[in-house]
Amino acid sequence: MQKQGRNEVETGRDDPTRPLRGHPPLKGEGNAAPPILSVNNIEVIYDHVILVLKGVSLTVPQGGITALLGANGAGKTTTLKAISNLLHGERGEVTKGTIVFAGEQVQARSPNELVRRGCIQVMEGRHCFGHLSVEDNLLTGAFTRRDGNAAIRADLDLVYEYFPRLKVRRTSQAGYTSGGEQQMTAIGRALMSRPKMILLDEPSMGLAPQLVEEIFEIVRKLNEEQGVSFLLAEQNTNIALRYAKYGYILESGRIVLDGAAEALRRNEDVKEFYLGVGGEGRKSFRDVKHYKRRKRWLS
Amino acid sequence: MDLLNAIFVKPFADMVAAPDFLLQVLWEGLVAGVLYALIALGFVLIYKSSRIFNFAQGIMVVFAALTLIGFHEHGVPALLAVPLTLAVMFILAVAIERVVLRPLVNQPDIILFMATIGITLFLIGFGEIIFGGENKVMITEELLIPTGSYTFEPFGGFVSIEQKDLTAVVGAVVLVVVLLVFLNRSKMGRAIRALGDDHQAALSVGISLSTIWVLVWFIAGVIALATGIVWGARAGVSFALEVIAYKALPVLMLGGLESVSGAIIGGIAIGVLEKLFEIYWGQPLLGGNTETWFAFVLALIVLLFRPQGLFGERIIERV
Repeated sequence: MQKQGRNEVETGRDDPTRPLRGHPPLKGEGNAAPPILSVNNIEVIYDHVILVLKGVSLTVPQGGITALLGANGAGKTTTLKAISNLLHGERGEVTKGTIVFAGEQVQARSPNELVRRGCIQVMEGRHCFGHLSVEDNLLTGAFTRRDGNAAIRADLDLVYEYFPRLKVRRTSQAGYTSGGEQQMTAIGRALMSRPKMILLDEPSMGLAPQLVEEIFEIVRKLNEEQGVSFLLAEQNTNIALRYAKYGYILESGRIVLDGAAEALRRNEDVKEFYLGVGGEGRKSFRDVKHYKRRKRWLS
Repeated sequence: MDLLNAIFVKPFADMVAAPDFLLQVLWEGLVAGVLYALIALGFVLIYKSSRIFNFAQGIMVVFAALTLIGFHEHGVPALLAVPLTLAVMFILAVAIERVVLRPLVNQPDIILFMATIGITLFLIGFGEIIFGGENKVMITEELLIPTGSYTFEPFGGFVSIEQKDLTAVVGAVVLVVVLLVFLNRSKMGRAIRALGDDHQAALSVGISLSTIWVLVWFIAGVIALATGIVWGARAGVSFALEVIAYKALPVLMLGGLESVSGAIIGGIAIGVLEKLFEIYWGQPLLGGNTETWFAFVLALIVLLFRPQGLFGERIIERV
């Protein structure tokens, strides 16, 4: 094992619920729940030349909410797309490492098969189908399901229960609904696929703080009541760490810090760089300290 | 003065003077328009779901019609030949998806457009090898399409409506209605529309590109067969028929590439307007034969003022 960096100790390295990295616990091994998702040291290259992720590893426990934090261009979206296998559409490629979702390698599966297996992404910027009605948008989420119309209808009602606002607007064209409603539509649409896990990319983007709170509240309810695991990419560190149980901080394609959400919130550096409190006079990570980038590929 | 008279007064005076003839012209225009609309619809479906401008739609019409006739020539009863032809169109759709679209996914639009030109050339060559290059006669009667005509005498005049034209119009209307219901009510139809709206999002919710592509190319094949039967019944089937696909271009400019209703209305509008123009303005003033260019000039004028076409989907912009 490598020399442990100082910051690791502060950020909950001793947290017993944390799964061991590189060794996703085998079924029945130990008392920790097996991770629903484990990303092991992946490297992503766009267009054969641009190295975007330089060895990212993370795990999401079954039924957990895990936050992936970082600034613009840190690689959050790329990580999510690597997991849901949507990189192919953007000439991106996972060149190293493995991603295991629910015990299965992700890379061999098409996005469509992954959705069927319960891993769905809600893309950054909502991406509703603008010309379809809100209800049609929701129904497209059920594309991969084979369990018949009655079950799909029942789930539609369930989505309307979580998002009463969508029920009111169900016949309007999604393109004309508000940003918050679009975000709800996008999450509801993902729910319609009966996911085990939702990869939620920047749900707070462009929304009023009150609405952001509302959306996160729903995320928590979904997590508790429906048992959906979440991997949450966010720039809004503050709110993400309040709702997540565990967090990873990504910087230029590497994970520089991780730990239980509580510990991260108390961490001085996180406070300074991501929560915007403390640390007088400092401007950039580079000026202060070179983070020991922990190598996670030592399995 | 004479010229102004000939442009602005005389045509309308003629129309009023012989309303039965006007009706006949309108009907002929409508029939042609319905066919343009059908071809345009094939373009629209493929464009909506894959952003590919399918140059091969015209040759697919010819290919479908020739396949149908070919089956019949080999002794297959006409009514059985139709489902068999549909099966061939389905195989064609699968083949195009596998061999052309899938390897070229993520390539720039122009490359996919070039690929459809490749498909066109392939189908021309392949079709000529199998079916020969000579003109064929559509098996109209065998398909139980009536060939008589109705005559009416409105306003003391005389209007004749051929039964096969009537069948064409009715058939096209049924096809369009079925298609619209399919697009708006079924799961697959919804997925096609979703894919047209946002490709990435469609992928992210698990809509399978290859399934949808096979489906839309198959639907385009069905439309091609319908067009081939109808057009073949009027004018025979030959590879020259392919050029009617170009007639769909002004329709698409008028109606917008993404709008199903635009394709229908645009097609009918162009069919009717070009006939009216030919009869009342073209022949007396320009020596006739205006039908070859009228639609394109009209489309050009539309493009100047509404680049998205008259019925193009409004780009939803939230402020």
